[in-house]
Amino acid sequence: MAEHPDKAGRIFEVDDIRVTFDTADGAVEAVRGVSMHVGRGETVAVVGESGSGKSQIMMAAMGLLANNGRAAGAVRYRGRDILNVSVAELNRLRGRKITMIFQEPMTSLDPLYTIEDQLSEPLRVHGGMSRQAARARILELLNLVQIPNAAERMRSYPHELSGGQRQRVMIAMALANDPELLIADEPTTALDVTIQAEILQLLAELQSRIGMSILFITHDLGIVEAFADRTYVMNKGRVEEEGPTARLFSAPRTDYTKMLLAAEPEGTKAPLPANAPALMEAREMRVTFGRGPGLFRRDTRLEAVRGIDVTLRQGQTLGIVGESGSGKSTLGRALLQMIPSEGQVVWLGDRIEGLGTEGMRPYRKGLQMVFQDPYGSLSPRLTCGEIVAEGLLVHEPGLDSKARTERVSEAMADVGLDPAMRNRFPHEFSGGQRQRIAIARALILRPKLIVLDEPTSALDRSVQKQVIELLRRLQRENDLTYIFISHDLAVVRALSDYVMVMKDGAVVEEGPTGELFDRPETDYTRALMRAAFDLRGLLADKAA
Amino acid sequence: MLSYALRRLLGAIPTIFIIITAAFFMMRIAPGGPFDQERTLEATVMENLNATFGLDRPLWQQYGMYLGNLLRGDMGPSFIYRDMRVQEILGEGLPVSVQLGLTALVLALAVGALLGTLAALRQNSSTDYAVIAVATFGITVPNFVVAPVLSLVFAVMLSWLPAQGWGEARQMVLPVIALALPQVAIVARLVRGAMIEALRSDHVRTARAYGLPARMVVLKHALRAAILPAVSYLGPAAAALLTGSIVVEQVFNLPGIGRYFVQGALNRDYTLVMGTVVIVAVFVVVFNLIVDLLYALLDPRVRYD
Repeated sequence: MAEHPDKAGRIFEVDDIRVTFDTADGAVEAVRGVSMHVGRGETVAVVGESGSGKSQIMMAAMGLLANNGRAAGAVRYRGRDILNVSVAELNRLRGRKITMIFQEPMTSLDPLYTIEDQLSEPLRVHGGMSRQAARARILELLNLVQIPNAAERMRSYPHELSGGQRQRVMIAMALANDPELLIADEPTTALDVTIQAEILQLLAELQSRIGMSILFITHDLGIVEAFADRTYVMNKGRVEEEGPTARLFSAPRTDYTKMLLAAEPEGTKAPLPANAPALMEAREMRVTFGRGPGLFRRDTRLEAVRGIDVTLRQGQTLGIVGESGSGKSTLGRALLQMIPSEGQVVWLGDRIEGLGTEGMRPYRKGLQMVFQDPYGSLSPRLTCGEIVAEGLLVHEPGLDSKARTERVSEAMADVGLDPAMRNRFPHEFSGGQRQRIAIARALILRPKLIVLDEPTSALDRSVQKQVIELLRRLQRENDLTYIFISHDLAVVRALSDYVMVMKDGAVVEEGPTGELFDRPETDYTRALMRAAFDLRGLLADKAA
Repeated sequence: MLSYALRRLLGAIPTIFIIITAAFFMMRIAPGGPFDQERTLEATVMENLNATFGLDRPLWQQYGMYLGNLLRGDMGPSFIYRDMRVQEILGEGLPVSVQLGLTALVLALAVGALLGTLAALRQNSSTDYAVIAVATFGITVPNFVVAPVLSLVFAVMLSWLPAQGWGEARQMVLPVIALALPQVAIVARLVRGAMIEALRSDHVRTARAYGLPARMVVLKHALRAAILPAVSYLGPAAAALLTGSIVVEQVFNLPGIGRYFVQGALNRDYTLVMGTVVIVAVFVVVFNLIVDLLYALLDPRVRYD
């Protein structure tokens, strides 16, 4: 770990910066006077929950604020102010001495140009390289970030690469002109944990080889602990606490930092009693997407779920973990007969496979679902009360409006929302509150089984913790059964009593939660757990 | 891609067949016939004429004959322009209409993209509002108003340009502008909207974060994405230009196919109208195919195989 650099060693400084956005509701101050610095070769983390203003500082520093944004204060690179300079002057720095990588590897590259085309731009613009010289350098860079078949990959378009590979391409672009500072804005948030570990290993390795400084913006304390020398904790546009990472984790000084550190999911679920009655029994579940070959058509079939058995008992929480593309969400939907699938599904003694929309309707009441995206899964034109009540209109049409309102109030109170807020629209609620609305919508029908598809993944850790507590209490009080689908092993461990690990549409390993987490049997599960729970050890091993 | 183009062309055959069939019978349902004139002809003359052109046969036989001839490349004799086959008449007019239409299309795309980009770059400024105003004007005012006004102002009053005729470049200016104006407006609006979105997109942010000059950010990264909606509009635009040219050709007295279409329909010149319908249908189908192929060329994510 680098020692605290003296003032002279600072290459990047932010001095009392304020960022304000002009909105229809007046000026909103996103950053309220923040100062920070980065020394040569240092790795600094800025950690905070969504809306803390951590990204906007960097956007302001790099001249990338949205049109309605204004910044005041000072940003200095090697002592020179760069906040109030012309774009042309800033362009001599951006992409050359200071480079950035972003959260969304899917959209940060231009979909219309090849990798070579995009990587050559900073080389040719800043380094004045010829096309030939640039090509040689790009090959070198792609090898540096460990992209296989680099020569071939240069001619690929972004959509032909995986998320991890795209982020590697972004890193290659960032390194193209030997920068002094790399600003990484949540660069691994959109990636699977094993890919995240690979990208972090790569960054750490490149840093020790090239000697650049890294300013790492993240909400993930696991990454901060494994990766950063020094850390700034941000909350509501201000720095709450600053210090060496080790000290910050061992002896946090402010309540906010303590709260963040304590927000890791905790607790476990006791195994079910042996006599718990069976609820659902599914055999040989199979889901195939795409169509078979035709006269002018290639075979586009993809087996997303390949013959999985699921047994669910009353009061159980079945955790399904897996990385993106493993088929875990598809399995959840297939079990509820929401997508065409093969396999036999017995629900409380009735065969429900292939029943279709009409046939399934009497069963839907007992089988509910909550989705990941609390922003997209609530209709923006309905009030919270209307959203929660909607299921009643279909499944209990006999209720009069007074009884309905009562049930809505009850369900809202159950999930910890004030029933007085029933006339508000979804956009007036926070992410955590919206997820509560989605849960209330499922709960109001008094279901037996709720399939929760990544219900906490879009939420900050502290909010996540509240939602987990809520789900636990609801399960206890209503004797609910959950299928909990997530890529987040920590959350799955806290909530489930039985876990299935999925990869490429098949179950790699399954068992009671305690056993599976303590004694994983397959390499895949072990790798997944290491990446999720021991990032620091993983990075240290790599460095050694 | 070649097999895709081939498949699309094969797929277009039923479409064109249905258009021909519908047009054929609709034309015949319309009251009147090609030889109805102010003075009624003598019955025997009428019978002779009908026999000559096969109009005395049952309708389904006429339909079969028409299709058979069409497959051999013969669109039949014109009923009004005696001694001329329809393909000869259209063969003269088509180059004029196509030249007029394509020039207007290229102009619309270029000027529309330019205006749309300027407006997006200066969103909510006076430039932006001016472009929107021009676009709204261009869309709302029909070309049977624009064309005569252009002619009146620039040809009659100012005498800068000729009011009619075909053959010289100068004679093309007013008709092309009259034809292109509504399309300029639509393209400008499409590009403006897409450009505003493109300028806010993540990959444009990347381009800016990497210090690329503003011109490169806008032209290379934003505009290429922003032009895509305008490209998919080119198919319908081509159809609009062909039908729009009917009015413009009348006003500027141009020897295109538009006037045959109108006169043919009024005179119940069955074969001439059918010929025009076939040409326009084929043109629209082919142009839509070209647009789809062009789209795939511009956007590597779209692949037809």
